[in-house]
Amino acid sequence: MSEYRIQGITGEWEVVIGLEVHAQVTSNAKLFSGASAAYGGEPNSHVSLVDAAMPGMLPVPNRECIRQAVRTGMAINAQINKWSRFDRKNYFYADLPQGYQISQLYHPIVGEGEIEVILDEKDANSPRKTIGIERIHVEQDAGKLMHDQHPTMSYVDLNRSGVALMEIVSRPDMRSPAEAGAYVKKLRSILRYVGSCDGNMEEGSMRADVNVSVRKPGEEFGTRTETKNVNSIRFVMQAIEVEARRQVDLIEDGGTVVQETRLFDPNKLETRSMRSKEDAHDYRYFPDPDLLPLELDDAFLEECRASLPELPDAKRARYEAMGLTAYNAAVLTAEAETAFWFEDLLAERVDPKQGSNWLLSELFGALNRLGKSLEESPVNPKQAAELLGLVADGTISGSISKQVFEIMLETGQGAAAIVEEKGLKQTSDTGAIEAEIAKIIAANEDKVAEYRSGKDKLFGFFVGQTMKAMGGKANPGVVNELLKKALDQ
Amino acid sequence: MLAATTGLLAIRTTRNPMSVDKDTVNKIAKLSRIAISDEEAEKMVGELNGILAWVEQLGEVDCSGVEPMTAVIPNHLRLRDDVVTDGDVRERVLANAPAREGSFFGVPKVIE
Repeated sequence: MSEYRIQGITGEWEVVIGLEVHAQVTSNAKLFSGASAAYGGEPNSHVSLVDAAMPGMLPVPNRECIRQAVRTGMAINAQINKWSRFDRKNYFYADLPQGYQISQLYHPIVGEGEIEVILDEKDANSPRKTIGIERIHVEQDAGKLMHDQHPTMSYVDLNRSGVALMEIVSRPDMRSPAEAGAYVKKLRSILRYVGSCDGNMEEGSMRADVNVSVRKPGEEFGTRTETKNVNSIRFVMQAIEVEARRQVDLIEDGGTVVQETRLFDPNKLETRSMRSKEDAHDYRYFPDPDLLPLELDDAFLEECRASLPELPDAKRARYEAMGLTAYNAAVLTAEAETAFWFEDLLAERVDPKQGSNWLLSELFGALNRLGKSLEESPVNPKQAAELLGLVADGTISGSISKQVFEIMLETGQGAAAIVEEKGLKQTSDTGAIEAEIAKIIAANEDKVAEYRSGKDKLFGFFVGQTMKAMGGKANPGVVNELLKKALDQ
Repeated sequence: MLAATTGLLAIRTTRNPMSVDKDTVNKIAKLSRIAISDEEAEKMVGELNGILAWVEQLGEVDCSGVEPMTAVIPNHLRLRDDVVTDGDVRERVLANAPAREGSFFGVPKVIE
């Protein structure tokens, strides 16, 4: 892939991108209270007096949220800090009843790590790039404001208030919208494998603050802007594109980029300044006196490590070693759901190559047609294994298996039962096949002559005719052998 | 006021030690969303500088190489199990709301 450059009137510009991804930790209860962290719910019902910041309420951290942050850190090969601390980030806003967010500025729980991204995962030769991760810290989410319900008032729902977030801060290592997109995709995949975040961007479980600056290639970093709360991979890429363009035009027009917070408008495809108040970033962080330092012991860390699943990169390498194509291995491992489904298939002793080809072409094709996701698949791995087993042991042919699969999708019946009921078993009955071949040769004398005079390609025609005459049930190997014998005499 | 005074402490390290002026007091007041009059600001300068001078006495103790103390008795941060044990107390949560709209808190519109 050629380098991403923005054409300006003064020459080419390079974009420099860093991302802060906020990922909601998968947990039952909130970070510092026993209220439910579930999405939805009646307004202000998933709220305890701690979350509403009533006087005298004290935060007690949820072990699972800490554990998931540590496991995530381990999954990106990051340094885990056995000693970390919570700080207060002070600001006033109606969605933050405490008047401060409990976060970790000075001593985050996870230090430096990295992830490798592949720009085009379907291409085995696609460039790979390592993106540095500076830190992961845990912090509280804020409540939700609604502005359109009343002419002079905003409504506040504190259900999200206090839900645990991981803030995953990358290094400014990305140089194109595509790299940033691949990074978010890979990060989301890792989070889903680990089980620390569901990665659901529509429900806001994952959102990104996008830091963008531009420079002439090789020069020092320019001043960056931060575009807040971008909630899809496509929007991340679009926001970078339009913000970099805006900065280039601004600089070339004689202006200066101001370090500020901006907002992406996907309808107008532009970013806009959010707050320009000089004091906006004066958060006056200080250690939260309500919380002792967080100290993790070896047993805790060991459990975190032991409970990590095989991660996408390792899985992909293992699949390739099994003989799968690089493409199949990449597609099977990109999403945790696909990988887990395939693992279940392998557990049923399905041949990896046969299983992967079937999953990616037949099953994905059918789900696409039905508009269903893999989780909603009408056929489970065990049922699929039954079908593939019938092909593997020669009971049915590959083409018949497609027919059987269609019936499975419609009726939910088992493959063996369908084959039995519809009489779809493959036949190697040479007498029956020979009889059909004789009829076909008699009916196509001209083609037989052409074939015998050297038009080899016609062999396929005879195979097709024979299979058709046999209702698709003839063993293809036997058909080939008998046809050769009949035609070559 | 804890947040506000601690904010002052942070500022102290970056500005001239041990003193705040009226501008600083006004800035802290604004960040803390506390309305103060000019006379009050004037008075606060004296009070806060008094507090800072008092806290500054700690600087007389040489504590280089001493770990910050986080608890008076040896103690560890306790963690909670991931179980829903609280919430569903909307009436109590909203009981003291200055304005309530249905199940929501009502606040002056905060969007431009």
